[in-house]
Amino acid sequence: MLTMKEILLTPVFKENPIALQILGVCSALAVTSSLQVTMVMCIALTMVTAFSNLSISLIRHHIPSNIRIIVQMIIIASLVIVVDELLQAVAYGISKQLSVFVGLIITNCIVMGRAEAFAMKNAPIASFVDGIGNGLGYSVVLLAVAFVRELLGAGKLFGVEILPLITDGGWYNPNGLLLLPPSAFFLIGLFIWGLRSWKREQVEEPDFRITAHTVVREGS
Amino acid sequence: MANNDTIKKTLLVAVALCVVCSVIVSGAAVALKDAQVANKLDDRNRNILAAAGMLEEGVPIAELFARIDTKVVDLRTGKFTDAVAADNYNQRKAAKDPAVSDALSSAEDIAKIRRREHLALVYIVEEQGQLDKIILPIHGYALWSTLYGFIALESDGNTVAGLGFYEHKETPGLGGEVDNPRWKALWPGKQVYLDGQVALKLMKGVVDPDSPDADYQVDGLAGATLTSRGVSNLVQFWLGEGGFGPFIANLRAGKA
Repeated sequence: MLTMKEILLTPVFKENPIALQILGVCSALAVTSSLQVTMVMCIALTMVTAFSNLSISLIRHHIPSNIRIIVQMIIIASLVIVVDELLQAVAYGISKQLSVFVGLIITNCIVMGRAEAFAMKNAPIASFVDGIGNGLGYSVVLLAVAFVRELLGAGKLFGVEILPLITDGGWYNPNGLLLLPPSAFFLIGLFIWGLRSWKREQVEEPDFRITAHTVVREGS
Repeated sequence: MANNDTIKKTLLVAVALCVVCSVIVSGAAVALKDAQVANKLDDRNRNILAAAGMLEEGVPIAELFARIDTKVVDLRTGKFTDAVAADNYNQRKAAKDPAVSDALSSAEDIAKIRRREHLALVYIVEEQGQLDKIILPIHGYALWSTLYGFIALESDGNTVAGLGFYEHKETPGLGGEVDNPRWKALWPGKQVYLDGQVALKLMKGVVDPDSPDADYQVDGLAGATLTSRGVSNLVQFWLGEGGFGPFIANLRAGKA
């Protein structure tokens, strides 16, 4: 049995949902061009994961197994709508920038994955902590990606100018690629590489090995 | 543990869950509606003020917007109309409704918007009873997306007071530079009409300040030829005959 601290901290680096399980990558590409927006997205996802885990765990003994995925989806979808409504009411500017990606938390594999893998089998408090932990794991990767993208792509951090741009009379020529979603692929790739060099046990066994090249012999 | 997989239990759980969730969702929607509506209105008003260069740091939007009078203009006649109330008129929706909009022929449709609504909202700024600025909503298609924004004209109906887009999906760093404050700062002071025609347009590259046409030209966006062309076209459409042209002419003649 894992302790609460382990449940909370394991998903951050040891079993990171993005880096190890490669879940929830799509929003990691879409919302990481500025740190402020990323921060809000991370908080939203952490809240949704934690509370969906909590509520699913509370009713786990009553969920009929033949409709369990639908039950999970309904709970997750309701929570996401509430979060979306809240954002529109208190942080309108950011909710406009996040646009559909708040709604897409519903389909984020991390939320559903944790509900199915953890909350269905564990007590409510542990499930809640697991949700927070996985939210943190997601946040670590997103914030790291957003840090690089905003700093080198727009010369800013949290909207505050760090590297003065040439277009504003400074010296820094920003890398436009970093403002486009595909750049996050490279950054997440580098992040995973770094993490797996640090924690060797995360390196996967290759599915197959290419056999050595055979040389055709002369005269055969 | 009791068997959860009976039909009775399955139905019971499904119905109970749906009821609980719908109560939570609709509760949130109803409780937060006022704040959301206020936010949307604030956001639109902020964009209007920003286009006219009237945004002031630290002053509430509602207070600044109190100086602006929202009116409805019939684009077919170029005159003010009371046909709809300005407060609940949804211009974007109207532009899609065949009953209250006209299809544009491809020759007319330089802004690539397909249909033009009959009625449009305009925002009038008055200073001590005198017309100070008019702010007009504009939109048109550029490279990837329809740009939505506002253009503000001085009281002569010919000098640009400001321009701003509040919604677009152009490439960040290239066409997305329509949001760059340094580029937007090039607009105020430009002239629109020359011999009754819209002459204002975006140039490729940088405008030569010594050219006689410099007042009618704005620097194009570097690396964004198609976005620049789109902006040029939509400004020409909305200030021209098919857009607000007749209204501006009436306004200048005092007959609007």
